[in-house]
Amino acid sequence: MFLIQCPWCGNRAETEYRYGGEAGISRPKDPDALSDAEWSDYLFYRSNPRGAHKELWNHAQGCRRWFEVERDTVSYKIARSYKLADRNSESGS
Amino acid sequence: MKKYSGLSLVTGALRHNRNWQPAWRKPDPKREYDAIIVGGGGHGLATAYYLAKEHGVRNVAVLEKGWIGGGNTGRNTTIVRSNYLWTEASLLYEKSLKLWENLSQELNYNVMFSQRGVYNLGHTLQDMRDIERRVGANRLNGIDAEVVNAEQVKQAIPLINTSPDARYPILGASLQRRGGVARHDAVAWGFARAADALGVDIIEQCEVTAVNRDGGQVTGVETTRGRIASKKIGVVVAGNASVLASMADLRLPIESHPLQAFVSEPLKPVLDTVVMSGAVHGYISQSDKGELVIGAGIDAYLGYGQRGSFQTIEHTMEAIIQLFPMFSRVRMLRSWGGIVDVCPDACPIISKTPVQGLYFNCGWGTGGFKATPGSGWVFAHTIAQDRPHELNAPFDLNRFTTGALIDEHGAAAVAH
Repeated sequence: MFLIQCPWCGNRAETEYRYGGEAGISRPKDPDALSDAEWSDYLFYRSNPRGAHKELWNHAQGCRRWFEVERDTVSYKIARSYKLADRNSESGS
Repeated sequence: MKKYSGLSLVTGALRHNRNWQPAWRKPDPKREYDAIIVGGGGHGLATAYYLAKEHGVRNVAVLEKGWIGGGNTGRNTTIVRSNYLWTEASLLYEKSLKLWENLSQELNYNVMFSQRGVYNLGHTLQDMRDIERRVGANRLNGIDAEVVNAEQVKQAIPLINTSPDARYPILGASLQRRGGVARHDAVAWGFARAADALGVDIIEQCEVTAVNRDGGQVTGVETTRGRIASKKIGVVVAGNASVLASMADLRLPIESHPLQAFVSEPLKPVLDTVVMSGAVHGYISQSDKGELVIGAGIDAYLGYGQRGSFQTIEHTMEAIIQLFPMFSRVRMLRSWGGIVDVCPDACPIISKTPVQGLYFNCGWGTGGFKATPGSGWVFAHTIAQDRPHELNAPFDLNRFTTGALIDEHGAAAVAH
């Protein structure tokens, strides 16, 4: 179990959260324009890195808001977590 | 290879056991092989064995970054069964189960395969409907399966709490009598010894760091023990499949998760079968040493750390104690985690890739152990013939593009 910092509520136990998968994957604006391979890539293919990973977490038993976490998939150490609005800036903690 | 037999045991004992030979050699890698298998787990060793045995490809190396059988092969709960819902999956697992039934004789190594039966519990009306459907599908595919009611479950497993007031009431179960457990280490060692005897080089402490290609064709691998050339490379590395794929600039529809298991202190024999419950995320059997072997569901997050979070263990233990109240005072001795490669449809990928000569066998997720011999058997065919066997043709990487998924989430649930 690890502590995850919710940008709104602070450090809370992992059990309060739900994991939401790899971050930064948005639904294609015009699915009809995609080839089968592109659609398949959106649906099923993930980067699954051994190392730094940006992922979504939801504070399900707290403020119920989504945010992004940068976590190492080997050490499980969390580098930072931040609001979705801040995902392109280096801010956050 | 010196054959093991009752006689060899007796003569060994009379000679103070000084006659035993190492079960496999420790060769240095050659410069070139006809085929290289990356990953020295059960699946990789089985692939090498069947390549040599069934296809006459004996100039083969198995490259293992740690020691053989040290990954998921040594970290699972050793359950073997073939009662999957869809025809594609059940035929593949049934092929494997048939190989299991003769494996000790085939390898001349006791893999301690014990067909003690596997119960998959149903706790709700919908569970029971799904069980009826799955058992019906199994029987149409010639796989032994039966539906049993709560009374029959209680009769077979007296310890189990079948009270209607239980937190997880048991309405019945599916039973596959030919299912059971095997000794996981022996499976790796048996395949290693038999493959080695056919000329396969098993090279431990040899990590692949790059996949060499010329145009669209593989030419070999870079390893921590130097460059090794081969025009055929089979990758069977479970949780690290995406890492190996990225070395060849491929992507896979796979995510790696921690999967945990744990054992108790040894007890007198109390449980002579395997009990699984998808609904409560737990499965349990008793090893020959007497330990209760218990498996959990995966941790939700990505993880390559071979460990998971404690609440997953706690959740499973709660469920097991509800099912078997007597185990509430049993102490747990050890817990561990493996890295499982989970596919979106809970079925494996045993496939050619866009790179000529590069083959992947991955995505077994939480249920690969049962498939060890069958997986090796079809993968060897795929590598040797450069085309899949009809049993693994549906498990092509392309199915994620064509949409022909084999959705085993419903049948396999978490206890996979």
